[in-house]
Amino acid sequence: MTLFIEKRSIVVPGEVLAEGKYLLGPNTYAKNGKIYASKLGLFDFTQDKIIVVPFKGAYIPNINDQVIGKIVEVGLFGWTVDIASPYEALLPASEVQDKRSKIKVDLTKILDLGDLILAKVVAFDRTRDPLLTIREEGLGRITSGRIVEIPPTKIPRLIGKKGSMINMLKKETECEIYVGQNGVVLISGKNVFNENLAVEAINKIAMEAHTQGLTDRIKEMIKKRREQYVDNKTG
Amino acid sequence: MSITKPDRLIDENGLRIDGRKPSELRPLKLEVGILDKADGSAYVEQGKNKILVAVYGPREAHPRHIGLSDRATLRCRYHMAPFSTEERRSPAPSRRDIELSKVIREALEPAVISEMYPRTTIDVFIEVLQSDGGTRCAGITGASLALADAGIPMRDLVVACAAGKVDGKIVVDLCDLEDKYGEADLPIALMPVFNALTLIQMDGLLTLNEFYEALNMAKEACKIIYEKQKQALKNKYYQIKELIETEGEK
Repeated sequence: MTLFIEKRSIVVPGEVLAEGKYLLGPNTYAKNGKIYASKLGLFDFTQDKIIVVPFKGAYIPNINDQVIGKIVEVGLFGWTVDIASPYEALLPASEVQDKRSKIKVDLTKILDLGDLILAKVVAFDRTRDPLLTIREEGLGRITSGRIVEIPPTKIPRLIGKKGSMINMLKKETECEIYVGQNGVVLISGKNVFNENLAVEAINKIAMEAHTQGLTDRIKEMIKKRREQYVDNKTG
Repeated sequence: MSITKPDRLIDENGLRIDGRKPSELRPLKLEVGILDKADGSAYVEQGKNKILVAVYGPREAHPRHIGLSDRATLRCRYHMAPFSTEERRSPAPSRRDIELSKVIREALEPAVISEMYPRTTIDVFIEVLQSDGGTRCAGITGASLALADAGIPMRDLVVACAAGKVDGKIVVDLCDLEDKYGEADLPIALMPVFNALTLIQMDGLLTLNEFYEALNMAKEACKIIYEKQKQALKNKYYQIKELIETEGEK
């Protein structure tokens, strides 16, 4: 078992990473006993597993993912939802109405074209489009807040180890932040300044996701912006 | 002004019409991520060639029926801008554009792991802004950069370069004049890690020995370009890293 490159170095598709009995992590593949990278990203490994953390990539739904989507079509039996993925999601009408009742509800009265929703993926297997649900606490139509879109591959960094980054962000910016696994983030704060701060921080995280000491730098940036804000007010 | 055939393509010192040695490549500049709207993009300058590549996808297949149930469809459009040549070119896709689109697609297909995203399409747009021979090769080199930049899973990058015979000598990376008035042209595309050819075309005549010599020269050239490709992809992210480090020092 040998590793060919250093931890946290940038790798390109086709670069040889390791040889031997390692487990194949995401964005790697094996050929003739060697393990190669299949995406542009950061090389990482645990004891026996080889991983490439990608810089960019499409969002592929996973069951139980919380996502933020936009209604793009209202049909007879449900809605079609754009979840910033190659696969369009379906939200069946049975989500919101009793199956036994014979009264047909006008679906546009519940969710109309262009509405944003916070939803959860209940089924997906790449052969059929993902199925969503909004029948859970906290899910449903989004009525207020601001939306930021970042590449979905940066979401793990935005959340951080055991939520370290996102918890820090929520505390420091005093905003409510809902993270969709599809790269769409909803922010709602008490005032515009706080919201702007959160937007700036999230964009910075997305930009610098592959660098070290990011949590501290973000914390510092927020502190600096707050000081500037107070200075401007008093001065 | 139309181009006339030069008296000779290689001078008494063995140098070519643009002053290069037979095994010397043209100056190459590769950049990635220069189009904000595209999922991935690349810009290639190889000598006087200027090529822009944009990649979109994987995205929903439109119209629906072009989607395949077991893998993503790769679509490729090679196009030369009306102003890319000495004389104005019709902007409509020519026979040549359509053929090159096909061979470029086939050169890229073995590298892309398309089974990851069934029922979707990956679109590659290669736009030649200025041409000086060897645009299909520069287009492939750029397209594989743009695909990698878009975060599309790939087995390997694809590099392309041509070799050929000019005034009886085997030379590498032909420019327009050498291509037009030379004896043979042999463009190849290579997956360098596996040493696998994904494109090989030839026009003109070569003996078997000359063919192997040209092939080996083109392969060597591909390996040089491959190193630059890797650098171009990594550079984008090194730059951000460096920026932070210099800021930290302040």
